[in-house]
Amino acid sequence: MANGRTQSPPETPGSPGAAHTTAGAKGAAPAEPRFETMSGIPLKAVYTEADRRPDLQERLGEPGAFPYTRALFPEGYRTRLWTMRQFAGFGSAEDTNQRFHYLLGQGVTGLSTAFDMPTLMGYDADHPMSLGEVGREGVAVSTLEDMETLFRGIPLDKVTTSMTINAPAIVLLAMYIAVGEKQGLKASQLGGTIQADMLKEFIAQKEWICPPRPHVKICVDMIEWCAANMPKWNSISISGYHIREAGATAAQELAFTLADGIGYVEECVKRGMDVDDFAPRLSFFWDVHNDFFEEIAKFRAARRIWATVMRDRFGAKNPRSCMLRTHAQTAGVSLTAQQPLNNVARVALQALAAVLGGTQSLHTNSMDETLALPTEEAVTVALRTQQIVAYETGVANTVDPFGGSYFMEALTDTMEAEALTYIKRIDEMGGIITAVERGYPQKEIADSAYRFQLQVERGERIVVGVNKFASDEDDLPIPVLKIDPDIERRQSERVQSVKATRDAARHAAAMKALRDACMSDKNLVPFVLDAVKAHATLGEISDLFREAYGVYREPAVF
Amino acid sequence: MARKIRVVVGKGGLDGHDRGAKVVASAMRDAGFEVIYTGLHQTPEMVVQAAVQEDVDVVALSILSGAHMTLFPRVWQLMRDRGLNDVLLTGGGIISKEDMEALRKLGVGDLFGPGTTTGAIVDYVRAWVAANRAGKLGLAS
Repeated sequence: MANGRTQSPPETPGSPGAAHTTAGAKGAAPAEPRFETMSGIPLKAVYTEADRRPDLQERLGEPGAFPYTRALFPEGYRTRLWTMRQFAGFGSAEDTNQRFHYLLGQGVTGLSTAFDMPTLMGYDADHPMSLGEVGREGVAVSTLEDMETLFRGIPLDKVTTSMTINAPAIVLLAMYIAVGEKQGLKASQLGGTIQADMLKEFIAQKEWICPPRPHVKICVDMIEWCAANMPKWNSISISGYHIREAGATAAQELAFTLADGIGYVEECVKRGMDVDDFAPRLSFFWDVHNDFFEEIAKFRAARRIWATVMRDRFGAKNPRSCMLRTHAQTAGVSLTAQQPLNNVARVALQALAAVLGGTQSLHTNSMDETLALPTEEAVTVALRTQQIVAYETGVANTVDPFGGSYFMEALTDTMEAEALTYIKRIDEMGGIITAVERGYPQKEIADSAYRFQLQVERGERIVVGVNKFASDEDDLPIPVLKIDPDIERRQSERVQSVKATRDAARHAAAMKALRDACMSDKNLVPFVLDAVKAHATLGEISDLFREAYGVYREPAVF
Repeated sequence: MARKIRVVVGKGGLDGHDRGAKVVASAMRDAGFEVIYTGLHQTPEMVVQAAVQEDVDVVALSILSGAHMTLFPRVWQLMRDRGLNDVLLTGGGIISKEDMEALRKLGVGDLFGPGTTTGAIVDYVRAWVAANRAGKLGLAS
């Protein structure tokens, strides 16, 4: 319970009303020991009947029933275990394809693709901005050919794939559909998820091509097109993960992510879509940090808030529109470079919290991720950790085992209340897009990150192996994955070879049609699909967006 | 009164991980340094241009995307080209000990990885600038 006992000054970091001045966080002398969650929610030693709300039963619902606080499905994991989905991608498409086959052989039940920085930012491997970045942080995909190589030998109607891609997501979605067609599959047969959540990019992950509004428009294009054509596809993964990793507290993660979700639904409704036509395919993505009970409460509060918002604010009639389905990933930011084997224990506890919180799918981090992308051995331990939780601990046998606990219900209520306060404030600002343009969530997160760091440095927050129980044997040599430096040259040559050998007239026609569509309010998905099939590269299509919508530069504030 | 220590905190390349850069920038500001934060997605040329314009003592580069072996040498070379011989190039991110050593041989200063306290970074910069201003490092501008 290292994180439970802190000595921070008497303020509540998660509360919007708290004075977020660095002077306040820095100058004060250590106060009496205080017991609080990582988000700063004060904790009692004992919770009793007196903490129970009279309307608890109504606020909980039965598992599988509104407001889904307890679970989305009546029998929980008995019906179906969570999907064990390990995020992977490095080097060339061949390298990652090999890792995918390895993971499938080890028992993962879904794939998840990590792209490299140039791909995430909409640059081909041969662009000057890509220098030094190709294949380093994920797999390099510039062309349809790369995408075919990436999924070679993987039947896309049997394995679901998640793609962590946002700014150029529409291009990767189109490439995935095109690869499926080459396997003889219709778009409607493909199952999986594309992240395509641009609001959290501007808030936290910071990968973009254009300013916020055109990007959100393209996200809505994808939601609309997928709703009509891809019934098994999650057209967006509204993500708290990156918000949390950037420094948000659990309460802020919950609040900003749900506010993003509300923002997308509003934009879809403005376009004239019926909420029940697209809402069932909206999905979410949470971080799972160290504070065990707070994380579980976050999952439960999220389901309740979303169900209520969808029914009462947007008038959803279909129960599936009210069900917050989520992926989860253990917190990369909680891992330490010092004594890296300790990370295995952190990941196991976080994975357990995600499962007790009722996640639909889970990625467990590898112990070596503060050092580099994970080795095959480290990934295997991470996957085995999930398998141990699933098959040895027995926790999947009973739905929402903490349901009705005085403490868990009180914590869930508090998380919900804090998130709703933020959401109200964002509504008053004119909605999340305006709040993001003003830098509001960005600043809240940066303040929380700095406060957290100061707490660690003052020893008010314990990080085992770093500011307590440190040892001289930190440099335990664990093997680290090396990326072949030659990949950049080879990948650039591949892009150039595609450009040299494609049907130039067909390419030009598709690009012109796409350019014209960008100037209209048409849905761009069919045009991008044509361009991709004409072997337009990711960089070329992104350049067209830059030309049509302008480029974005974030105000540099800290 | 001595001139305040002036630092450019830069985010090079495509990397969007700015939590560390912002935390370090805030800590340096609270330590009394003048901090210029470049914002994201800067080319080496842009970072060095900011260093020249702002007449800084220190360039602190944050790279978590694995591109450090490309970007640090490039910034280092551009600093030589622009005559910034008496300016410290330091930084941090996900950088292996081996790579830190290779960059040190090139002339780059200490680099800081996960788990570093902001206090350690502030102390290092302060000591380096004091030594440099006292002429103890023998660096010509």
